Amino acid sequence: MAPAASVAVENLNPKVLKCEYAVRGEIVIHAQRLQQQLQTQPGSLPFDQILFCNIGNPQSLGQQPVTFFREVLALCDHPCLLEKEETKSLFSADAISRAKQILATIPGRATGAYSHSQGVKGLRDAIAAGITSRDGFPANADDIFITDGASPGVHMMMQLLIRNEKDGILCPIPQYPLYSASIALHGGALVPYYLDEKTGWGLEISDLKKQLEDARSKGIDVRALVVINPGNPTGQVLAEDNQYDIVKFCKNEGLVLLADEVYQENIYVDNKKFNSFKKIARSMGYGEDDLPLVSFQSVSKGYYGECGKRGGYMEITGFSAPVREQIYKVASVNLCSNITGQILASLVMNPPKVGDESYASYKAEKDAILQSLARRAKALEDAFNKLEGISCNKAEGAMYLFPQIHLPQKAIEAAKAAKKAPDAFYVLRLLESTGIVVVPGSGFGQVPGTWHIRCTILPQEDKIPAVITRFKVFHEAFMAEYRD
Amino acid sequence: MARKPLDYEELNENVKKVRYAVRGELYLRASELQKEGKKIIFTNVGNPHALGQKPLTFGRQVVALCQAPFLLDDPHVGLMFPADAIARAKHYLAMAKGGLGAYSDSRGIPGIRKEVADFIHKRDGYPTDPELIYLTDGASKGVMQILNTIIRNERDGILVPVPQYPLYSASISLYGGSLVPYYLEEEANWSLDFVNIRQTVVEARSKGITVRAMVIINPGNPTGQCLSEANIKEVLQFCYHENLVLLADEVYQQNVFQDERPFISARKVMFDMGPPLSRELQLVSFHTVSKGNWGECGQRGGYFEMTNLPPKTVDEIYKVASIALSPNVPGQIFMGVMVNPPKPGDISYPKFAAESKSVHESLRRRARMMTDGFNSCRNVVCNFTEGAMYSFPQIRLPPRAIEAAKRAGKAADVFYCLKLLEATGISTVPGSGFGQKEGVFHLRTTILPAEEDFPAIMSSFKKFNDSFMEQYEGYSRM
Repeated sequence: MAPAASVAVENLNPKVLKCEYAVRGEIVIHAQRLQQQLQTQPGSLPFDQILFCNIGNPQSLGQQPVTFFREVLALCDHPCLLEKEETKSLFSADAISRAKQILATIPGRATGAYSHSQGVKGLRDAIAAGITSRDGFPANADDIFITDGASPGVHMMMQLLIRNEKDGILCPIPQYPLYSASIALHGGALVPYYLDEKTGWGLEISDLKKQLEDARSKGIDVRALVVINPGNPTGQVLAEDNQYDIVKFCKNEGLVLLADEVYQENIYVDNKKFNSFKKIARSMGYGEDDLPLVSFQSVSKGYYGECGKRGGYMEITGFSAPVREQIYKVASVNLCSNITGQILASLVMNPPKVGDESYASYKAEKDAILQSLARRAKALEDAFNKLEGISCNKAEGAMYLFPQIHLPQKAIEAAKAAKKAPDAFYVLRLLESTGIVVVPGSGFGQVPGTWHIRCTILPQEDKIPAVITRFKVFHEAFMAEYRD
Repeated sequence: MARKPLDYEELNENVKKVRYAVRGELYLRASELQKEGKKIIFTNVGNPHALGQKPLTFGRQVVALCQAPFLLDDPHVGLMFPADAIARAKHYLAMAKGGLGAYSDSRGIPGIRKEVADFIHKRDGYPTDPELIYLTDGASKGVMQILNTIIRNERDGILVPVPQYPLYSASISLYGGSLVPYYLEEEANWSLDFVNIRQTVVEARSKGITVRAMVIINPGNPTGQCLSEANIKEVLQFCYHENLVLLADEVYQQNVFQDERPFISARKVMFDMGPPLSRELQLVSFHTVSKGNWGECGQRGGYFEMTNLPPKTVDEIYKVASIALSPNVPGQIFMGVMVNPPKPGDISYPKFAAESKSVHESLRRRARMMTDGFNSCRNVVCNFTEGAMYSFPQIRLPPRAIEAAKRAGKAADVFYCLKLLEATGISTVPGSGFGQKEGVFHLRTTILPAEEDFPAIMSSFKKFNDSFMEQYEGYSRM
């Protein structure tokens, strides 16, 4: 009889055991239990609904999809509609013609077929055109890999880059924990560089260099630099000269630049704008072969917020042909990403233009959503800053606020007694008192001894005052209980 | 000049080791030829819609309505969509908070997982827990996730049938494990030989491999055989005695083209066998919307169902699923419609039944036509396609052909398939991409080309094959 080898926690892949993902971790599981409790025992809790502010999932909190995009997708899902007379009165003319155009680029008009493993060529052409138009520098359809959301692309690059535990990836702290989880899953080393809270989460090249040298002195082969711009959870938009410095740094140190740019359309301040790292690199004179750069984009964020579609792409430039073949090969094992997501990626990068029938309504929807997000970001930032012991940097972009909570010593001790990290303790108390779900800062990384929470700006605008009030009531009671 | 991180030499070796022939050399060559204007018939991948199979209407109607809910508010919607599609769209939209545009539960929408559980219960006669059913972006992602959970290092071995669908070999390479092959017996209709399998496991263990899991693909890919109940019982008993987790790839369960061995799930046989095996044997079963009569490959909809896995293991699997946030929602809806299709009495039932029947019967006819067509060719022997979507004929290559291949720097079956492609435009996958016994060559093609194109395709193949055999088997100059 063979020795016990059945699949139990003791003999699972240790990399799986090691990785963590707080965005849907312990606090969320607890919140789901409370949500069920509200259904089976109404009135048993001091609130009547759970408000999920833990995850950048706009449409789950009431944000409406962009009508034009959904029109095109529905027509592509069910092309028979294009043959019906009634369709003309139900769908805008430009949605109909865009759907026809898209179907013409799909072999056999078969949206149910596996496509080319990088994504349908015609859709990649549209994405490349969108990138070119955005940046003013050409993009190539062959450099684009459409994926089920941006996350699988990140995993692919980690898989490619990480050979063993001595391969390191520079990641911002605080970071979106996909990076720490992916590095753990692939058995590599996360090399942290700290964003500076006092300067609006600024990135100092001197700190980057210090962390890099530190890691190398410990025998870590640092292979890539992750930059999230606009930042998650921190929301900062990088200044242009900061971006120049980052590109130069990667070039000098021989690092691959992994540019997570999924929030490129979420900018709420007038004095900053989004510049893609590709644009920056090209404008510095770095050509195709000079700098290995992977840029990630997604359909989940922006003003479109189509998380459930799982659409995204990575644009890879500066890689040799043999390496690109390997990337293609890994992509091919999964055959292809979902076609709806592919179509949506091409729409996001190539939306209605001035003169199109749908342009006015599209623009109105887009502006309304972005302006509302900007107002909510400000309202919540101001509200946090008014509370005792809370300091909150501005959200220049993305979808989150990351306030620092200066927890009193008594609270920290209570947390220790409850065997929880202080910010997790705070977040759990917040949930149990108000039903509001946020993620403790320890899920993203923070300077030791500081505590944060990440809260999205996504509840609908009319709910924001109630959220602010509930939070204020809770926080004041908490501070009263634990004040030194 | 210092090495750059993404220089070829600096890549993760596990990535370099991966092979996935389904979209490998032959496919890339076929794509090149297509760009040059040659007419190519792609039979390299089980991709029905790419070869003209039409989607089942009901699923498309439901998803289109979910995609554009403004249609539901329009007074004319009843003119364009049948009432049951409208009702079903509302049913799914009610389950999906935020509609198609929101991340769902990382395991999939609970209501759809319940529909999957009901389907399994109805199919097998045994209830199952929706909490242990996870929806994924295609079955492949689920397979990869489970293998990644099991494989710790190169000493962890996974028993995989040979020939196999190369997702398994590719994933095992990627995760740094060891593939422990067990050979299916071609002369005995691709059946399992347990004497051989036991021997294989003993050998692997003697080399320090810990065999952790066994994969079965039923119906088989590329081989098409449908396992008998007795065979599945043997598999279960074997896994139970050897303490292996059974990974049952059942994605072709709806594609069965003979009546002697209908599909029976590993789970059903396991519960029929009763305790203690049914309470202890660890099993993960996989299914998809890409195959069957649906063929909705592009939607990327799949699920895996876990039986007898410890709760802590399930927690870890949930944790990893949550990093990917959620499977795509339209794919989940296709899964719901597939497991809970229109029923007799529903408005859409007659059309749905007719469309499904038409696909199924045509596939059945094509399975027969292709098998017979191959068997009429010189030096070609082909087992019947009992299930799935492929034909895997054995090509008995003459020694001089094998030498010519060697001179050309190619494996013998790759050489043959390239010549076939260049002569006829038929793009197949050489048997070496799936694994085969040493010195025995095959190719995999699909039964998916349109029925009306079959006679021309089979005659084109026969013409090429018979003249290839004439060329390399003709009398030598002595």
